[in-house]
Amino acid sequence: MAEFRVCPDSGFYFHKSAESLMKVNAVVGVVALLIAGLLAIGVVLTRWQEVHWLPADTFYMVLTAHGINALLFWCIFFEMAILHFASSTLLRCRLATPRWGWAGFFLMLIGAVMNNVAVFSGKSSVMMTSYVPMQAEPHFYLGLILFAVGALIQVFVFFGTLVIAQQEKTYEGSVPLVTFGAITAAIIAVFTIASGAIILIPTYLWAVGYVSHIDAEMYRVIWWAMGHSSQQINVAAHVAVWYLIAGVLFGARPMSEKVSRFAFLLYIFFLQLASAHHILVDPGISAEWKIFNTSYAMYLAVLASMIHGLTVPGSIEVAQRGKGFTKGLFEWLRKAPWGNPVFSAMFISLVTFGFIGGITGVVMGTEQINLIIHNTIYVPAHFHATVVTGTTLTFMALTYLLIPVLFRKKMIFPWMAKLQPYVFGGGMTILILFMLGAGTLGVARRHWDMDFAGAAMAFEYPAIAYTLMAVGAIGGLLAIVGGIMYLTVTVGSLLFGKPLEPSAGILESFAGKPLQASAYDIEKPEKLMMAPKLEESEHSGGGFEAPGTFALAMLLLVTFVVYYFINWKYLASVWPLG
Amino acid sequence: MTSFMPPADRIWWKVPVGKQELVWIAIALVWCIIMFLMMPLWHVYGKQNLSTEAYQTTPAKFGAKVEEMVSKYTVGKEAGIPIVAPPVGSDIYMLGRLWQWYPVLKLKKNQEYRLHLSSMDWQHGFSLQPDNINLQIVPGYDMVLKITPDKSGEYSVICNEYCGIGHHTMVGKIYVED
Ligand code: HEM
Ligand SMILES: [Cu+2]
Ligand SMILES: [Cu+2]
Repeated sequence: MAEFRVCPDSGFYFHKSAESLMKVNAVVGVVALLIAGLLAIGVVLTRWQEVHWLPADTFYMVLTAHGINALLFWCIFFEMAILHFASSTLLRCRLATPRWGWAGFFLMLIGAVMNNVAVFSGKSSVMMTSYVPMQAEPHFYLGLILFAVGALIQVFVFFGTLVIAQQEKTYEGSVPLVTFGAITAAIIAVFTIASGAIILIPTYLWAVGYVSHIDAEMYRVIWWAMGHSSQQINVAAHVAVWYLIAGVLFGARPMSEKVSRFAFLLYIFFLQLASAHHILVDPGISAEWKIFNTSYAMYLAVLASMIHGLTVPGSIEVAQRGKGFTKGLFEWLRKAPWGNPVFSAMFISLVTFGFIGGITGVVMGTEQINLIIHNTIYVPAHFHATVVTGTTLTFMALTYLLIPVLFRKKMIFPWMAKLQPYVFGGGMTILILFMLGAGTLGVARRHWDMDFAGAAMAFEYPAIAYTLMAVGAIGGLLAIVGGIMYLTVTVGSLLFGKPLEPSAGILESFAGKPLQASAYDIEKPEKLMMAPKLEESEHSGGGFEAPGTFALAMLLLVTFVVYYFINWKYLASVWPLG
Repeated sequence: MTSFMPPADRIWWKVPVGKQELVWIAIALVWCIIMFLMMPLWHVYGKQNLSTEAYQTTPAKFGAKVEEMVSKYTVGKEAGIPIVAPPVGSDIYMLGRLWQWYPVLKLKKNQEYRLHLSSMDWQHGFSLQPDNINLQIVPGYDMVLKITPDKSGEYSVICNEYCGIGHHTMVGKIYVED
């Protein structure tokens, strides 16, 4: 039976079952983002002290739901779509065990709904970290467990698809780099979910009363083995998407397959233990262990990101120079398609992830410097640079690419899509920078009231802290507008966009619906061949192929070094302790 | 084009790496090593290092030690909470509970104390303002650190680990006198 279609615009093959799974995962992910984004309105308008909108109990409930829906449900559902794309579509292979894929998806969905029900009932405002001994309702944990099991099943469907592709020889040579990146993300996901099970299952049993005590410090250590490495899934996935977009838009080839793949491997080898940077100011953790895990483990993964940070834009630069944009250091960048949201979103993501997310992450992950940053609003500022302007913006870029290719719809409001990455990225960057500033002044995260109303003793933040939070909030609102623009374009295009031929609308590709003869007419895709070899002359012979990128990388390094030592100086000014 | 196609060379791991990548990897690696060295160096030359001394405890045991100190060295009261001026160099205690830091401490400038911190119930965040020193306070653990307040004045301890509805009312005090 013919179960494949080929997209005439991109040449990608879609297997029917894989396609519908990609669609449902992506759509549910976007719904989670919608929920998280709406909740963000409550979060920013409360943290903007002059507005101070929500009452305390609602604020903590909303913040719990914001974190979980955004970080877990949006990112991970969307990553499942990426895994199926990177296996079935890129390798031109049928999906392994579609039924299991659907089972996994539905488990995730049930888990996500169950967890949201627990949170919105108001009795599980424990934040996404749910540190014991503060207790949520049992179905809060059960929801997360089901979600994790579902994700694990989908990850195994991904691995199964890889095996089939290899056995049926659907491709020649080694898997493409993007698939390789997805494999790293999937391997990290298995580790993550295992850690999650180790800690969440006993916690669930504790919530229902079968276990009497969970050690609070042990909980933190294991929880972060999950919490941290799940961020590594995000990074591996969005870096893979950067490579994909560089390839699709520019025909860019990785500067070196070896270097890029090696950098992905570093993520697997060295990031797991880096969960240490979440417990740097916890009681009784030895200095040697902390230094070992933040340096050896974290820095080699940082090294990996620094490598991708060079090779992704570098490959774009080489491709652009090949097209004749060779003037000066930056003609290739000036003449890049800044009006194409796929490119602008991806590039803004690359820059903010590196310059803000990366640098602040390493600084606060330094054993001693963490003392002046832990649990301040600096921390959410940092991870909004990694997971929002980094991962989320990259996934937005990918959506713009997939609306015509996967959903076969013409995008509505192209002007809005064109502006969206700037509004979202720009607003978010303002929020991030100003919250970083407020954090250095000691403003606490997860905190309802900067005025400490009702406290027996008074404390006042300096006036400037209020200003920083207010400007940050305005940036946050701008980002929310950017989020609404994204949802308008994507959801609007799916519902009202003009179908492209051959059409495979969301319903037609579902199991059980009659196949559209025009769409799924291919029995077996052509074998995926190795990329053509470069002409000798195209090698630039020993020199720097991408000098502009190198200059940008040096700028990153200088910023990094300066900011790093500023923080040591700041640390030196506080009370001596030992 | 090739990021989503199999590598052009079957044996891609033998293709030599370009000079630019090598130079960047070398620079980045050197920077990582410098960052690594900064941490042990700070243990030797820096003054702000978190001690690793900690003991398992229980709220009852820890609470008893706090009360012992309070009963010996109370010098006043603020907002119903005792102000305690323990001897220089001694073991001093502060506990976090829903929702206060207890007791208020009065310390001498440039003198060292052994500060014990723990929680009676949930996790709390000890956040000393305006210096901005932040520590995670975990129930069941007595965290001991040597502190040397080097500026006199009024310091506030706020809570920056979410601990329920009254989280924002958890403000404590440490006074440092010349
Ligand atoms: C659209 C705009 C967004 C705005 C304006 C926004 C704003 C904020 C703010 C101000 C906080 C800190 C609140 C506090 O600690 O008191 C926060 C927390 C958080 N945000 Fe966002 N956010 C947005 C989108 C996202 C997205 C897309 C993600 C994930 C992909 C995300 C993940 C989180 C997480 C995980 C937390 C921490 C919750 C916790 O402390 O448990 N946010 N957000
Ligand atoms: Cu982490
Ligand atoms: Cu608190």
